Amino acid sequence: MTLTDALATLAPAIPEGTVCIHANGYIGRAGCAARDRDENFYMIGSMGLAGSIGVGVALAQPRRRVLVLDGDGNVLMNLGGLATIAARKPANLLHVCFDNSAHASTGAQPTISGSVRLDEIARAAGYRWVGRVETPEALAAEVPAFLAREGPAFLLVRIALGPPGPPGPRIPWSPEEMTGRVRRALGVAR
Amino acid sequence: MTYAPDRFVDHLLGAGFDFFTGVPCSLVKTVLAELERRELYLGDTREDAALGVAAGAYLGGRTPVVIMQNSGLGVSLNALGSLHLLYQIPALLLVTWRGFEGKDAPEHLVMGDVLPRLLDLFGIPFRAPLAETMDADVRWAGATLRESRRPVAIVVRPGLFE
Repeated sequence: MTLTDALATLAPAIPEGTVCIHANGYIGRAGCAARDRDENFYMIGSMGLAGSIGVGVALAQPRRRVLVLDGDGNVLMNLGGLATIAARKPANLLHVCFDNSAHASTGAQPTISGSVRLDEIARAAGYRWVGRVETPEALAAEVPAFLAREGPAFLLVRIALGPPGPPGPRIPWSPEEMTGRVRRALGVAR
Repeated sequence: MTYAPDRFVDHLLGAGFDFFTGVPCSLVKTVLAELERRELYLGDTREDAALGVAAGAYLGGRTPVVIMQNSGLGVSLNALGSLHLLYQIPALLLVTWRGFEGKDAPEHLVMGDVLPRLLDLFGIPFRAPLAETMDADVRWAGATLRESRRPVAIVVRPGLFE
């Protein structure tokens, strides 16, 4: 199961109106290729901050669901982000970490997530629910329940490195267009 | 002359700021205490993470303030460069000025020396208020931020707050 495979299962099931914060690197590109929506925010820089951005949206709009699509390299860069999410306990925040134990977009250099269990770190931090799936079947079985869970919930999805090269084109939106698009989708004037 | 923290928080709220995060510094401890008393402050683990939370809050319709020591401005530069400035996501940075005029503990001297130049280099407009100019400077921060959709900074000199 590659990132693209996993998103082919997850993306169509995301409920309308859910804000999706995509980490930088290949996750945003694959997420945009799988299903672009006005509520999607794609980081192209600021590595590590997807969970932080997600908790900011979740606190500002407590009645809206927020889904963070993160990666192992990103989570490892800002482990404190897991702590902050777990401490603030936003019930409307779901956090997925696609874990291929690699910095895929910079040449697949290994990360340390093979020997450091990020799901166990999230559990120890105090997420309300933590799960881990390693096969496409397990992911397909978990997705509907996960998307309905009370947050903060953390799902680690073990994935394999995809074929060399990016899993989708660059994000077609300019950064400032994305800001306006997400804000309008959330009912906020730009 | 010092400035009262409760009056400062009132002015921030009056200027439209409604989301407060950051990492503490002793120069603003009374401001943080006032924000905590009003249950308005959500501290974070690192200054760049606080900027990430502030960016999310802005996407959700809030107007954020990120409080930090100037040491944390160094931590924040990538978030400012590749998130806020790039995506036109504003935030008021309330940055304390440790190392002011070279009189401080040694760990603050380098950042204290370069602070104004660093903000200039990143194109972040700032004011370093005296108590007498504070009200106008907070209004300036709110107006400039809304107009430019960029981060602006208020730099807090030692002894500014009660």
